[in-house]
Formats: sequence, C-alpha cells, structure tokens
Amino acid sequence: MTIQKEKRYLGGFRASTWLAAAGLFLLVFLLAILFGSEKLPAASALCSFFNGDCGLTAEQNAILFEIRLPRVLLGMATGASLAVAGASFQSLLRNPLAEPYLLGVSNGAALGTMAAFVLFAQFEFAKPILAFAGACAATFAVYRFAGTRTGMNTERLVLSGVIVTTFLSSIIVLLTTLLDTTRLRSFTFWLLGDLSQASKNSFYLAIAAAVIGTIILMAMARSLNLMMLGERDAFDFGVEVKKTRLVVFATASALVGISVASSGSVGYVGLVVPHIVRLLIGSDNRLVIPASAIAGAVFVMFADTVARTAIAPRELPVGAITALIGAPMFIYLLKKN
Amino acid sequence: MSELLEVKNISLSYGAKNVIRDVSFSLSPGQIIAVIGSNGAGKTTLLKSLNGSIEPDAGTVLLKGDAIANLSRRQIAQQISVVAQENETKFPVTALEFVLSGRFAHGGVFGWESDDDIATARNALMMCDLEEHSGRLMNELSGGERQRVVFARALATRATILLLDEPTANLDLSHQAILFRLVRERCKSCLGASVIVTHDLNLAAEFSDEILLLKNGSVIAKGAPHDVLTADNLRLVFDADVIVDGHPTSGKPRITMSYI
Repeated sequence: MTIQKEKRYLGGFRASTWLAAAGLFLLVFLLAILFGSEKLPAASALCSFFNGDCGLTAEQNAILFEIRLPRVLLGMATGASLAVAGASFQSLLRNPLAEPYLLGVSNGAALGTMAAFVLFAQFEFAKPILAFAGACAATFAVYRFAGTRTGMNTERLVLSGVIVTTFLSSIIVLLTTLLDTTRLRSFTFWLLGDLSQASKNSFYLAIAAAVIGTIILMAMARSLNLMMLGERDAFDFGVEVKKTRLVVFATASALVGISVASSGSVGYVGLVVPHIVRLLIGSDNRLVIPASAIAGAVFVMFADTVARTAIAPRELPVGAITALIGAPMFIYLLKKN
Repeated sequence: MSELLEVKNISLSYGAKNVIRDVSFSLSPGQIIAVIGSNGAGKTTLLKSLNGSIEPDAGTVLLKGDAIANLSRRQIAQQISVVAQENETKFPVTALEFVLSGRFAHGGVFGWESDDDIATARNALMMCDLEEHSGRLMNELSGGERQRVVFARALATRATILLLDEPTANLDLSHQAILFRLVRERCKSCLGASVIVTHDLNLAAEFSDEILLLKNGSVIAKGAPHDVLTADNLRLVFDADVIVDGHPTSGKPRITMSYI
C-alpha cells in the first residue's frame, strides 16, 4: 500500500533500528557494570541481579550495588538528559550546532551548583534548584544575544555561546578562590564532568528528571518540528510559538541543570548524539527525542566506562572523553554547515 | 454573501515610520486580491497583519466576523494558510514531511498524521508537479522546487484563505502559470479566496479580481485591474513610465516598461 510505504519516510521508523538500539543499550550497560578498576565476573554479577547469592564476595557485591550501579544509572540519566536537551535546543534555535555545553547553559548550571555549594551547603536540594536557575539564566542570555530581527545565524549563536561560557567561567574561577585545596580538587574534577560522586538522592532525582523531561519534550515534538522550519512558519501554521518556546527552554534547562548538579558539565553529548540520531532516522522530533534519550544514555555509559578503565586504577573525568569525541565532530559540522 | 476577511482602518508603524496607514478592504468568497506597490510600500507587512502575525496599532481584522486578535493560532491556521518568502532549514527534512507540517492545525498537537493527512499532502505535492520529489530532502531541491513545496504545504492545509507573498519569485514560466491556475481554481471551485503580494503586474492583471495599489503604506487605488492599472497610477507609485494596453487574448491590462 503506497500510504504505508510513504509513512516510512516520516522519520524512517524501522523496527530493526530500534531493536539494534535496544541491543546496544544492553551490551553497553553490561560492559559498564562489569568493567572498571575492579573487573567483576560476568556470570556471577548477572546472576546476582536476580538472586541474592551467586558467589560474589561481599566486597564485589558492594562494588556492584553500592558504587558501580548508581554510577552507571547516573551516567544513563545524564546522557539521556543532555542528548534530549541538545536535540530540543537545536530544533528551537533552528541550528544543529546548538548544544547545552557550547551555549554556556551547562556553565550557568555549574555556577548555580557552585553557589549552592558555597552558600547553602546544608541543603542538598539547593544544588539542582540553583543549577536549574543558572541554566535558565544562561539560556535566556544566549537567546537574547544571538537573536536578531531576522532570526539567528550560526556565527552569532556560537559567538554568543562563547561569550556566555567564558563570562560564567571567569565567575566560577573567582568563586573557586573561596574553596580550600581538597574541595578545589574534587570541584575541578566535577566541573569537567564526573560521575564518581553519585549519591542515592542525586541519581534518583536525575533519573526522574530525565524520564519526566523526555516525556514533556516528546509531547512538544510536533510543535518543535514546525519550529525547526522557522518560527514564522510555525506561527503561521498554528503553533503557539511563545508557549512552546517557554516550555521547551524551561524543560531543557531543567534537564541540563539537574544533570550538571549531579555530574558536572559533561560536554558535547547534546551535539554528538542528536546528530548521529538524525543521520540514522531523520529529523522528526517525535522519533529524534526518544531515540536521543536512548543513544545519549549509551554514549555516556560507554564514555564513563572508558574513563574508569583507560588508566585504571586512576580515573579520568567522563567529560574529557566526551569532549575528545565531540570537539572534532563540532569542527566537522561547522565546516559542513 | 458574508465576507471572509474584513480589514478595517488598520495602521501600523515601526518606531517613527508609518508602514501601513489606514488601510481597509474586504475579501469575499471566490475572490483574488493582488497587492502591488513599490519596494517598502508595506505589502508584506499588510499580508502579515491579515493572519495576526503582526498586530496593527489601530484598526481590526475580522476573520468571518471574529476579531483575529481573539482567535487562537490553531483556529486561524485552520482558516488561513500562508506562502511566505522562502526559508531554508539546516535539518534533513523531506518534501513530504515539510508538506505534512501544514496539517499541524488539523490534528492532535502531540499525535501523528492520519492516513487522510498523508493522502492530502501527497495530493498537494502531485498538484504542484512534485510527486517524484516527495522523499527528497528540502536542502537538496532547487530554489524553484523548494518554493513549490512551500506552496504545496499551503494547499495541504485546505484552508479557505490563502495568503501568498511573492509566490513566483523563483519559478519558471510554466510553473508560474501552474501556480496561479491552482490558486484560481481553488478560489472558484471551493469558494476560497486569496491575497497575493506580487511584483509581477501582468500576472496580477491576469489573475486577480481586485487590485490594491500601495504607496508608503496607503492605498492609492483599489478596484478591478483595468481601473487600477493605468499609466497614471503606475507612474505615481513606481515613478516609471509604462505603456498599458490590452492582452491579445484575455483583454486584461498589459503593462510594458517604456525604457526611455
């Protein structure tokens, strides 16, 4: 039937692609769980998910459930959040190069987190709240600087991102002078993107935010599809542009804020992941957003596994790995643009 | 017969510049109105104010009797569709996906297109001579093909009122004729109506029922093509000498520059 055939053009939904994604997700999840500075025996580790006693030592059990699993889950939530936020920012700003880290949104969140750390250290939930506020402020600033009457071009957007990023970085550096040496070291590590400080509360919040945020943005996906073609077009064809912009900016900023509060600024995830997703399945946000969530989770879990094993027993910040992959890709995309 | 659109004394200024001054007209079912005038006369701004993209400082626009400022974007988009000057997207979007975006106001906001939406979009592509391009990406199409896709999207909305801003700028002769014929057929057969902003005076003469001649935001002349398209009026607006005679077959006014 021709209509059925045409329907596949709409984002190219193919069951095989999604099965492959699910397979990759499981594979990377297993790798992330089993590998690290302490390698766990695969069979026993898997078995212990379903049974209490599978021959793991008490120490191995603790590594698996107390350290590694929370960390992998946090990585999953961070990756999904950042990739979904990236895809949404890109559609809203009509620019495939928009990315939370490069726009300065991550830095805004980092500054917020840091303010919470310095000013309200006793309240754990001050961190994500101030991080969200910082992310919103940075988003708003970039949007205002980059926008002109005729729209927004790549140069202005990238430049505005650089300005907001460097400005916020300098404030962060000023604030670090208030920290003592031990706190400074852990803070610097966190700033580069670090999943090692996963606490139970932070990963519950991060996972809840990733799931709820992705659902909200999926609900906005059809409007985003029109926004991607131009705000004027979207307006002419029935999209409530202001409302869409507000909901998407706020949701994406919340995703970035909460992920930065727990895992620091993991860069380039929002650039690399949606780009690859669009190459595979097209630009329809109703598919791009959920697919970016899955692919982002896979990407960060994988990068973090590399970060934990590359120079074990020492660790790299996961943000260093994602930037190593993302920065060359950014240059490539910029040249192609 | 009741009017589809009624424009009542609208005025609009950007800062100190008056872009539209006290413009009034109405659009009835089946009618095609062409808006012509020199660059910067306020044509595009006038068109934008017709679907509420720009709010006038004074005056009102009524869509089937309701003030447009009180309607939601969806309600407006179901009735009025727009062919704006060309835009480019940096994302890989196929021609069919692009045309389907015109069905937005007719479906659930969160949902997927129905089979009816897809059939409508395919039909619009076919009418614009684009069926073999439906799976191609927008940024791989030529300027003229892209402009036809933009027009196909407007057709796919099945809106009663069609607003067109320079719809033929990139089109070759045969596709200009196809486009105007489609607009006219649509207006005559299903009692739709169109407002077209164009620089092509001869196409305006041939295809419109009424012409609005604008200068500095004011209506200089309004009426049937042969009343508006006179050498005197055109000299006043364009500051150029033209020869106006009759088209050999249709008898509509024909405008030729006299380059002296």
